[in-house]
Amino acid sequence: MHTPHFRPLDVERIRKDFPIFATTPPLAFLDNASSTQTPRPVVEAMDAYYNTYRSNIHRGIYRISEEATAQYERAREKVAQLVNAPRTRQIIFTRNTTESINLIAYSWGSTNIQEGDEIVLTVMEHHSNLVPWQLLAQRTGAVLRFIEITDEGLLDFTHFHDLLTEKTKLVAIGHVSNVLGTINPIQSVITAAHAVGAKVIVDAAQSVPHFQVDVQQLDCDFLAFSGHKMCGPTGIGVLYGKLELLEEMPPFLGGGSMIRSVERDVSSYAELPAKFEAGTPSIAEAIGLGHAVDYITQANLAALQVHEQELLKYAHNRLQEIEGITLYGPSSPHQKAGVISFNMEGIHPHDVAGILDTHSIAIRAGHHCAQPLMKRLDVIATARASFYLYNTIEDVDRLYEGLCRTQDLMTRSQRRRVG
Amino acid sequence: MNAYQEDLLDHYENPSNYGTLPNPHISHEEDNPLCGDRIRIDLLVEDDLITEVRFSGHGCTISQAAASMLTEEIEGKSLTEVKKLSRDDILDMIGIPLGPVRLKCALLALKVLKAGAYGITCWPGEEDE
Repeated sequence: MHTPHFRPLDVERIRKDFPIFATTPPLAFLDNASSTQTPRPVVEAMDAYYNTYRSNIHRGIYRISEEATAQYERAREKVAQLVNAPRTRQIIFTRNTTESINLIAYSWGSTNIQEGDEIVLTVMEHHSNLVPWQLLAQRTGAVLRFIEITDEGLLDFTHFHDLLTEKTKLVAIGHVSNVLGTINPIQSVITAAHAVGAKVIVDAAQSVPHFQVDVQQLDCDFLAFSGHKMCGPTGIGVLYGKLELLEEMPPFLGGGSMIRSVERDVSSYAELPAKFEAGTPSIAEAIGLGHAVDYITQANLAALQVHEQELLKYAHNRLQEIEGITLYGPSSPHQKAGVISFNMEGIHPHDVAGILDTHSIAIRAGHHCAQPLMKRLDVIATARASFYLYNTIEDVDRLYEGLCRTQDLMTRSQRRRVG
Repeated sequence: MNAYQEDLLDHYENPSNYGTLPNPHISHEEDNPLCGDRIRIDLLVEDDLITEVRFSGHGCTISQAAASMLTEEIEGKSLTEVKKLSRDDILDMIGIPLGPVRLKCALLALKVLKAGAYGITCWPGEEDE
């Protein structure tokens, strides 16, 4: 094994950038797959916009508007570099992953999907990469097909190849499962899909924040992710698309900014990316996202990935010590990102999360916007812990101890009854 | 620190009036789509008086214990009286502070009861909104 060319994460220093961890005991925040915390430099960058150059972009003929425009577009450049987009104008700012996927479903879907066409998804998709396709199928008469998963939570590749036919027009797949943590082999998925002429949209909400994603290497047609899962603010998301596809696509939302000229009955549209950014966008949030990109790339994504792998491996071992716990997803942490879903025998996950909360430990409990996957796993809900660059081994220890206490508390009355 | 009161856990482990009635006068079932908690309440009513009540379903401690406590509260009372039960009455029974999500767990049983008995479909406490 070669020595990695990066320094390990200085987690202690990183944590100082997050005021939310300054309490005693510190918050053990383990719900990062849902939304991450915000470091000072990101908040300060947004404050600077509001306090010193607040104005609309792309129209003001005055200095602070030019500054706002420059900062907004600088954020786009940073995002383009992060995912290695060939051209900056291939980065469209949206509200979030959900809006990015809906944009594709409406715009690309309305001109490329017809009755009888097939859209291939997986049973582990987040609702945001499922419901837009259901709506498109209802509008067009297209058919949804689902790639099954193995009991370990891995994609059933044989089944995927069976589903791929000349009818397949689109494969919509999550890069990393938000419930199981499974890292899907999307490179192979994309190659196979392209071989039958299908396009591929990658829901990268759980991957771009955690490891290097290169859209040119993947050769994906579309890629969507959210700012708020990568140290950025809420209200800003990203859609990447191949240039020729984005240029052919009709607008999604109509309004200001997205036009070239407007007549009474007809308009012509602006060039990319403005064509898909109607109305005043989330300016402060885009600027904040640009600084979030700086923050995680300066910390180093490769080091971040190694750190999360260590936490995941440790958590896997620790949690498996607990009697009556079931972990979902791949048994090998190497096939997973920093997400660990579990259930404790006889205890509802809401009770688990509720009791942990009294010890300042935040985890998620519920269906995680993945109800078809819950059905496949034959559970109503799961508890889920997920990591990011500021989490520590102590966070995992506290989770372990909290779970032991939960078990004590919840089984005490049972024992008393038996005794 | 005790996250859950002993009383709450007792109701969860040994619920009162758990089960169904063969020929209920009123029977209603709902779930909370946020977490999958599900509760059904069956009632026998004679001259406005609730003579028998059963609940069934599954979910977290709060939802099931609240249902158990509610059935104890309403058995033998009149429908007119029971109609007055409010969100705060349930919270008093639960006895621990609840955030907005878990509030729905606690209120599900009362919601099911009010929907079944009076056709009131909103969440308790949101009547005026």
